[in-house]
Amino acid sequence: MATAISNTIMAQMQQQHVITVLVENHPGVLARVAGLFARRGYNIESLTVSVTDDPQVSRMTIVVGEDHRVLEQVIKQLHKLIEVIRVADYAEFPAIERELALIKVNADPRHRREIMEIAEVFRGRIVDMSDKTFVVEVTGGTEKIDKIYELLSAYGIREMVRTGVIAMARGTKTA
Amino acid sequence: MKMSGANIMLECLRREGVRHIFGYPGGAVLPIYDALYGYTDIEHVLVRHEQGASHMADGYARATGQVGVCLATSGPGATNLVTGIATAYMDSIPIVAITGQVRTSVIGKDAFQEADITGITMPVTKHNFLVKRPEDLPRVIAEAFYIARSGRPGPVLVDIPLDVSLTKIEWDPETYTTQVNIPSYKPTTRGHEMQIRKAAQLIAEAKRPVLYVGGGAISSGAAKEVTELAERTNILVTTTLLGKGAIDETHRLSMGMLGMHGTAYANHAVNNCDLLIAVGARFDDRVTGKVDKFATGAKIIHIDIDPAEIGKVKVPDVPIVGDVKTVLTELLKHVQPRPWTEWNDQIMEWRARFPLIYPRDGKLYAEYVIEQIGEVTNWEAIMTTDVGQHQMWAAQYYKCRRPRQWVTSGGLGTMGFGLPAAIGVQKAFPDATVVCLSGDGSFQMCVQELMTATVYGLPVITAIINNRSLGMVRQWQEMFYEERYSHVDLQASPDYVKLAEAYGGVGMRVQKPEDLRAALEEAVKIRNRPVVLDCVIPTEENVYPMIPSGQSIDEMKIRENLEELKATVHADSETWSFSDEEKVLEQYVEAVRAAEARKEKE
Repeated sequence: MATAISNTIMAQMQQQHVITVLVENHPGVLARVAGLFARRGYNIESLTVSVTDDPQVSRMTIVVGEDHRVLEQVIKQLHKLIEVIRVADYAEFPAIERELALIKVNADPRHRREIMEIAEVFRGRIVDMSDKTFVVEVTGGTEKIDKIYELLSAYGIREMVRTGVIAMARGTKTA
Repeated sequence: MKMSGANIMLECLRREGVRHIFGYPGGAVLPIYDALYGYTDIEHVLVRHEQGASHMADGYARATGQVGVCLATSGPGATNLVTGIATAYMDSIPIVAITGQVRTSVIGKDAFQEADITGITMPVTKHNFLVKRPEDLPRVIAEAFYIARSGRPGPVLVDIPLDVSLTKIEWDPETYTTQVNIPSYKPTTRGHEMQIRKAAQLIAEAKRPVLYVGGGAISSGAAKEVTELAERTNILVTTTLLGKGAIDETHRLSMGMLGMHGTAYANHAVNNCDLLIAVGARFDDRVTGKVDKFATGAKIIHIDIDPAEIGKVKVPDVPIVGDVKTVLTELLKHVQPRPWTEWNDQIMEWRARFPLIYPRDGKLYAEYVIEQIGEVTNWEAIMTTDVGQHQMWAAQYYKCRRPRQWVTSGGLGTMGFGLPAAIGVQKAFPDATVVCLSGDGSFQMCVQELMTATVYGLPVITAIINNRSLGMVRQWQEMFYEERYSHVDLQASPDYVKLAEAYGGVGMRVQKPEDLRAALEEAVKIRNRPVVLDCVIPTEENVYPMIPSGQSIDEMKIRENLEELKATVHADSETWSFSDEEKVLEQYVEAVRAAEARKEKE
C-alpha cells in the first residue's frame, strides 16, 4: 500500500513544476491567481504565499501539475495579470526546494524509540508529545517528506499538515 | 481645490477625452449623477437597461477605436453590465465600466444592492479596481484607461463606493496625467528583429502562402499594412469574423471570411497552403474546426501582441510578439514583390467552383437583404449584427470596404448586442448610416433600446431577418439532431411595424424582393428616429457552406443544388443588380489570361 502511494506520487512528480510568482501586494491578488488556475483548468498541487523582503511585493510559490506545453500557457497567462511582476520557472536553473510538515503519529510506548530514530534519520524533531501521540516536525524536499510519511504510516498517522513547496535559486541568481 | 470623488472622476474622464457616457442611475451612483447634472463637457446617454449601456460603449469603441464608457449603479445595475463586459473581453474591445458600490463601511455585510462586482467580473475583465479612497481616483482612472487601450485591449471595471464619490478632498485637476507607469504591465509592441527577418524569408520561400487576418489587425489600425503586404506579394487574404475590413472585401486578393461558415475557397486555401501567416488572430475553434486537421501542411508565422496566444492552439514556426501595425511595417521592409502564381489561380478556380450563392426564385432571402443594404448605402453603412444565421449571412455577403465598418459580437456570441451597439456607433458618427442586422430572436433581447434611439433622435436602421424561429439552433437541430426542432419555433412575435411605431420609430415590412429596394431607400432618408425593417424570409433557409463543429474541411456541407443555382443565377443575372458570382468569374478569367501571358513570355 505504502509503495503504491509512493509510485503514484513519483508518477505525478514527472508532471510537476515549481514556479515562483512575484505579485504586487494588493488585496485580491491571490483570488486573481487562483481564479486563473480554476477557470483555465490548470492543476495546482500546492500554493504558498508570503511577503518578500520588499513589503510591496508578495511571493507565491506554486507547484503546477501540468506538462511543459500547458506550463508555458500557465506562465504566459500569469504574466497577463496586471499585478503579476515576474514569473520564474525553477526547471530552468538549479534551485533549493523545501517544505515543512507536521505529522501527528500514534506513539505507543513500545514504539516511541523507533519513531524517535526515524525522526532523527530524517533530521526531524519531536515538537509535541502526549501519552498517545508525537508531533514530528520535518523539513526537506517533497520526496523526503513523502518518505518519512510512508515510514510513520506504519504506526498510524492521526493528522498531517504540509506547508507546500517554497523555492529559491542557488547562487547569486534571484527570482 | 476641494472636489468630491464624483467630480474628480468626471474631471479625469474629460481629460481622458471621454465625450459620451452610456449609463443608468441608481442609489450608489447618486453623487456621480449629481456631478453630471449640468455638466456639459460629457454627454450622458440614458439607456433603458444597463446591458444596453455596456453594448453601446462597446459599439462606440469598435467604431472609433476610442475607449467606450458605461456607468451603472451597484448590485443589479452592475451585474446587468456583465454580459456586455464579457462580450468586450472576448473580442478585446477597450471599454471602461464604472459602477457604484455600497459604502466602504458596509462592504461585505450584504447591504442593500450590494454585489461583489470586482469578484464577479474578474474572469471577464482585463483588470478591475475597487477604489477605497478618493485620493486613489485619479491614479485608478488613468490606469484603467491605459490598461483598456494598450497592449491587447480589453474591458476594465472601476468600482466606486458611495462614500468615495461623496467625500471632498483637496485635488488639483492640472496634476492629472494620462501617462501612467505600471511596473508590472509593459506590453511588447516591437517585434523581434530576427524573427521578422525569418518571417520574410519564409514568405519568400513559400509556394502556397495565405494571409489569415484577425481582429488584432483592426484594433492595431493595420489595414493599410495588411493590404500593402497582400498587394506586394500577391498573397490572398482571408479574415476572421472580427478581421472583416482589414482589407477591402471587394479587393481581388480578398477571400472573405474563413472557418465554420467561411467561404469554401478560403477554407480550401488555408487547408492546402504551405505557409499560413496569422496576423492578430487566435486560431479560434470556429476558425480551425478540428485543430489536428487545420492547415496541416503549413508552416505558421504568428504575429500577435499577446504572448499567451502564441502556441495556445497551434505552435508556430515563427512567433512574433508585437503590435500588428508595428510588426507589419518592419516586415514590409524585408518582403520582396512576388508575382501572381499558379497557387493564386488555383484559389480563383475554387472560388469559381464554390461561389457564395443563393436562390433567386422570387422569394425574399437574407442574403439579398444584405446585398441590397450594401447597394443602397454604397457599401458605406456601418453594420452591426446580432448573433445567429443572419450574422453569418452578413459576414459572408456584407463586403466591408474599410476597417471599423463591421461591429459584431464574435467570441462571446451575444444575442441582443446589435441594436445597442448600433446606438453607440451612431452616437460616435451622427452622420453615418448605421444598420443593425438582426434576427427575430436576437432583436427581442435588447429591444427596449429602441426607446433610447428615439429619445436621442438616432436614425439607426434595424433590419430584422425574420424567419419566425431561432434559425441557427434550428439549423443545428436539422443537421445534427435528426430534425427534432426543440423549442426553436417562436410561435408568436410582436408586430414589429407596430412595435417600432410604439417606440416612436418607423416600422416597415418587406415580404417580396421587389419591395425591398424602395423600403431601404426610404429608410436611409429618415435621419431623426430609428427605423425597423421587418424582412420576412423562409423559415427553412440554412447558412452554407458549413463545417460542422469540431470537424475539418473534408466534412464541409455546401448547398446541394449549387450547380443548378450557378446556372440559374447566371441566366437571371440581368434582373439582379449585384452578382458576386459574376465578378468572381471575371476576375478568374482575368487571372487565367494573366497566367497564360506569363507562360508565353517564358
